[in-house]
Amino acid sequence: MNFQLMWESVPSLLGGLVLTLELVLLSLLLGFFVAIGIALMRLSPYRLLSAFAYTYVFVFRGTPLLVQIFLIYYGLGQFEAIRDSFLWTFFREPFWCAILAFTLNTGAYTSELIRGGIQSVPWGQIEAARACGMSRVRMFRRIVFPIAIRQALPAYGNEVILMVKASSLASTITLMEVTGIARDIISTTYAVVDIFILAGAIYLTINFLLTRALGYVEWRLSPHLRGAPQPVLAPTGIEAH
Amino acid sequence: MARATLMTVAVSLSSMALGLLIGALGAAAKLSAVAPVRWLAEGYTTVARGVPELLVIYLLFFGGSQAAMFVASVFGYDGYIEINAFTIGTVAVGIISGAYSTEVIRGAVLAVPSGQIEAAKAIGMHRWLMFRRIMLPQVARFALPGLGNVWQLTLKDTALISVTGLVEIMRQAHVAAGSTREPFTFYVVAALLYLLLTTFSNYGFQRAESWAGRGVRRAS
Repeated sequence: MNFQLMWESVPSLLGGLVLTLELVLLSLLLGFFVAIGIALMRLSPYRLLSAFAYTYVFVFRGTPLLVQIFLIYYGLGQFEAIRDSFLWTFFREPFWCAILAFTLNTGAYTSELIRGGIQSVPWGQIEAARACGMSRVRMFRRIVFPIAIRQALPAYGNEVILMVKASSLASTITLMEVTGIARDIISTTYAVVDIFILAGAIYLTINFLLTRALGYVEWRLSPHLRGAPQPVLAPTGIEAH
Repeated sequence: MARATLMTVAVSLSSMALGLLIGALGAAAKLSAVAPVRWLAEGYTTVARGVPELLVIYLLFFGGSQAAMFVASVFGYDGYIEINAFTIGTVAVGIISGAYSTEVIRGAVLAVPSGQIEAAKAIGMHRWLMFRRIMLPQVARFALPGLGNVWQLTLKDTALISVTGLVEIMRQAHVAAGSTREPFTFYVVAALLYLLLTTFSNYGFQRAESWAGRGVRRAS
């Protein structure tokens, strides 16, 4: 172990942390909206919409993320129509290609979680909402969606961890996030284990913090599963004894 | 592309086999009565599942020869050892897939009702016979759906081995895309090949599951 080298590599590895977090958080945010759209399409009574959503999920879950990234970053440049259009300012940048690939990928996986959540909403709740005269949109916003999200949240934690790990693939299209920087330091110094420990620790910390944060959200969203709140003031009658 | 596809299948199969071996040992370690063994297994699964796959591949790609030469030098051999890309890929993906298999197999072992173990002991089965007749058939059945997921992960993770230069689907597509200047075409072909492999194996696992569950009554 070369502790000197390890110590000196910490700042440069942490320099990649910003990009890693940008990639993860931005694609999780955008992917979440994609997921809601796809889940609703999948559950829609229109055959065309649900068939589209099914195919989308099938393709994105059945192929490696690396193929999807390369297809967008290298593949789209093949077409002159795209190179000449305004889209090219967007697809020329590896950052936006990575974001697009991650968003579409996590959207596919998350949509299945949300679909499961929506399908697990008890029918009685929907009947009750209808009995109150709620419109479809309001029922979705106030009843179905909150319950579905709460159901899907524990599994979503796994998806977040997968996304953090997947962000390392951005290094294959020249983006210097934590893994890219780690690879560069390793290939110049050959201090393989030392750098692996550092980079690995960074990822484990991110994963730990994100799962903790989700655990907190889950706790906030399920007050009905916690015990009854303790009374703040002791009942006065007992003290009189 | 056909040869590259065979290579992907070969690497996936050997990684999965290694992963199952590690998974069985890991599950045994996690259920062990000895605390340090449990901690070791816990540490392994946490790291192997929490760190990016690409990082593990780089660790073995850059560090594999070093480690092999170090081991060899202990036995008195000081020459240069180079490990081929196939071995590196198999070991790297095997380590990752082993961590997931560990959890799947552990869950399956815990799913065997303890009454059955008691019954087996009561009729005087010794450990090995009990393992073979009671545990193994049921653990295999309970673990099958989970192992199907692990297989899909393993298959897709082998795409990452292309960074070591092993000519599997991804590497072949990359090379062909570079020489023909038609990247889109070749990556679409690569995507279709992966889709074919995952769909076929999914079907295979479904068949295996219904075969393994043939004696089980189902609700609905």
